[in-house]
Amino acid sequence: MLLTIRNLTKSFPGMRALDAVDFDLAAGEVHALLGENGAGKSTLIKCLTGAYRRDAGRIALEGAEITPHSTVEAQDLGIGTVYQEVNLLPNLTVAQNLMFGREPRRFGLIDGRAMRAEARAMLADYGIEIDVDRDLGSYSVAIRQIIAIARAVALSGKVLILDEPTASLDAREVGMVFEVVRRLRDRGLGIIFVSHFLDQVFDLCDRITVLRNGRRIVTERIADLDRVKLIEHMLGRALEDEVEHRATRVPRARPDLLHFEGVGRRGMVEPFDLTVGKGEVVGLAGLLGSGRTETAELMFGLHPAQGGQVRDADGPLALTSPRAAIAAGFGFAPEDRKTDGIVAELSIRENIALALQARRGWARPIPRTEQNRMADDYIRQLDIRTSGREKPIGELSGGNQQKAVLARWLAMNPRFLILDEPTRGIDVGAHAEILRLIRRLTAEGMSVLVVSSELDELIAVSDRVIVLRDRRHVAELQGTRISPETIMRAIAGEVA
Amino acid sequence: MKTRALPLYATIAIFIVAYAICWLQFPAMLSTRVVGNLLTDNAYLGIVAVGMTLVILSGGIDLSVGSVIAFSGMFIAVMLRDTGLHPLPVFLLLLALTSGFGAAMGWLIDRLAMPAFIVTLAGMFLARGAAYMLTIESVPIQHPFYKALQSAYWLMPGKGRLTLIGGLMVLVVLAGMVLAHKTRFGTSLYALGGGEQTARLMGVRQGRTTILVYALSGLLAGLAGIVFSVYTGSGYPLSAVGTELTAIAAVVIGGTLLSGGAGYVFGTLIGVLTMGLIQTYIVFDGSLSSWWTKIVIGLLLLLFILLQKGLLKLSQSRLAGGGT
Ligand SMILES: Nc1ncnc2c1ncn2[C@@H]1O[C@H](COP(=O)(O)OP(=O)(O)OP(=O)(O)O)[C@@H](O)[C@H]1O
Ligand SMILES: [Mg+2]
Repeated sequence: MLLTIRNLTKSFPGMRALDAVDFDLAAGEVHALLGENGAGKSTLIKCLTGAYRRDAGRIALEGAEITPHSTVEAQDLGIGTVYQEVNLLPNLTVAQNLMFGREPRRFGLIDGRAMRAEARAMLADYGIEIDVDRDLGSYSVAIRQIIAIARAVALSGKVLILDEPTASLDAREVGMVFEVVRRLRDRGLGIIFVSHFLDQVFDLCDRITVLRNGRRIVTERIADLDRVKLIEHMLGRALEDEVEHRATRVPRARPDLLHFEGVGRRGMVEPFDLTVGKGEVVGLAGLLGSGRTETAELMFGLHPAQGGQVRDADGPLALTSPRAAIAAGFGFAPEDRKTDGIVAELSIRENIALALQARRGWARPIPRTEQNRMADDYIRQLDIRTSGREKPIGELSGGNQQKAVLARWLAMNPRFLILDEPTRGIDVGAHAEILRLIRRLTAEGMSVLVVSSELDELIAVSDRVIVLRDRRHVAELQGTRISPETIMRAIAGEVA
Repeated sequence: MKTRALPLYATIAIFIVAYAICWLQFPAMLSTRVVGNLLTDNAYLGIVAVGMTLVILSGGIDLSVGSVIAFSGMFIAVMLRDTGLHPLPVFLLLLALTSGFGAAMGWLIDRLAMPAFIVTLAGMFLARGAAYMLTIESVPIQHPFYKALQSAYWLMPGKGRLTLIGGLMVLVVLAGMVLAHKTRFGTSLYALGGGEQTARLMGVRQGRTTILVYALSGLLAGLAGIVFSVYTGSGYPLSAVGTELTAIAAVVIGGTLLSGGAGYVFGTLIGVLTMGLIQTYIVFDGSLSSWWTKIVIGLLLLLFILLQKGLLKLSQSRLAGGGT
């Protein structure tokens, strides 16, 4: 065995995140680490890389016990890691991020030219060609993710750890990353892969270990497991009936809620017309960079539109800023919740109440009992795993943080809610829960716009799907015409 | 063009325009004499501002440097008066002392996770107090070696004098630039300023870097103290009051983000020279009150903070435009 973990135990105040966990990693295998949000996956990884100190247990690399005290030590041991949270710096250049700690030097000084050349070569493997001398912060989330992966791969002499590395990537990019991972596996590296995308797990991995509530439930070869069984291991129960696709139903006539006419902005998305009905779910499909997020941002007034207008039944709306949009009853849960969404030191309750409080104005505080009720409600509805509503949100697991940010916007009870990738990083159980919640809210009259790169999710939840390509709205699918094939064909440009 | 270099270009542009205005009014200002004086008069400030830049880049602040300069002057003056040691070993002793002092502050900031503001504020009172402990009056320095230091210069074309301390300041700036942009230590500083937690996950040795940068700031404050004692020829416990704030102002005018993670050491030099230029202008004019220096510096600071806010907005909207 390349890596053996025995009896790994780690507690945080008031809870045991890992309870005597065993885990083996062989050279030349991709080993999936699965489990619900809060199961302890990231904690296991951080104990392994020295980001946390373990309370008890033994970790051995190639037979020798290791106890890394910092992530640097783990790197020096040949363990490269992509952490679930952001692990690159937006204020450094792409090359600096990629090469940090391994900069080529001449006469003791960093050799910028060699560094840039090496950085470019590293990225070529993933099919991206960008100016490596620009600040990382000027690139999209997807590119940053690939850069993080490239960096970890370069650092991993023996073990590569990927904690939800594909959350913001589209199918093509995932393919490139997997190709690199397979190449490394064939070279004899051990790879730990954490993901909530079960398709990707079945596609890539050789073995699976499932954690639940900090305990190891099972380790199996992937060939010996099917999906249903796997989900049962993860949730500790069978997944309730899959969410029924609403698109199979006949489209319903609805009163119109909002008309977007000729709204567009140069460099973001070409002018489009879109009418959203009351209680309708509109899905936006398209590849990365096709203008999905831009459409959502324009609709919310994050960037002023150039021309066009937005109307509701009472007349035109001036959506010049998010503030104005919120006042008009809009809500927007952005894609990049990892960095933009949370105030890590504030409690779950405060994070949920944040947007609502901002709308009411600080002069009219939300009564504490009301805040408590709201927080408890959403903790239950979204199944946020926490020891209580007063826990600082930064101490939740990644997926549970996402849920809390989603709750913030739901609590606003907007009439039009824009969700950019609402289920990213959320486990299968909670995933179904969120789709069901969207369904219920729309039945109560809320209109929702969903941006998602997961076709299944879009199809499950949308009444209508708009397909974008090259920053243009190219197709609109409704009712029974919504299917993976039709959407893929529209994305590829075969139907208009 | 890189947006993060914009404040630097703005600083340089402002300096050039300001110099041009001065020159139009007083043609005599465009001479190596004035340049030489500018470097000499601001040598101690420039040196200490380089240290401040590094600390601020790492996301910290060092409020102790003004007091450390005063302490250094007193230490040298008293040692030379009372012990009969040659200045060189006294310098070495002093630099070891101030570096250690900085390292201790860095250690506290890192180990006890205390805010740099508080720790260095305490350091400021401590160092000033120590200066008073040595004696409370001004002590002149009369060692012949000092005379040599004060009169050493290189004659530039045009009769300008690049004094020893002016040249030293330029060297320190160059060394600071190399350190910030060409070494791993420098990259670590930017990384810490960009986000501690992330930097740690990326493998920045946070403790070592923090201790080192405050030690460096202490070292440079000690060096600035030596330069200041050469410049004034004495030690006085009340000297250099508020120098830490002037240095911070120079850093910000030089285009460094006060919250850390972005900026250039070269910008700080321009910031120091810009402030010096305003002073020189007032001297040339003769009728203006020297308080105008403060007012113009205040306005400049405001301008730069606005500029940085604007840039932040700009880069954010560009980022959003280039997103998914
Ligand atoms: N720094 C911390 N302080 C306190 N509790 C923590 C901390 N980090 C994690 N926890 C708790 O430990 C538990 C396991 O968290 P972990 O991040 O390992 O989950 P995960 O399996 O990675 O989940 P996800 O799929 O959501 O990323 C959670 O209940 C979380 O609240
Ligand atoms: Mg996790």
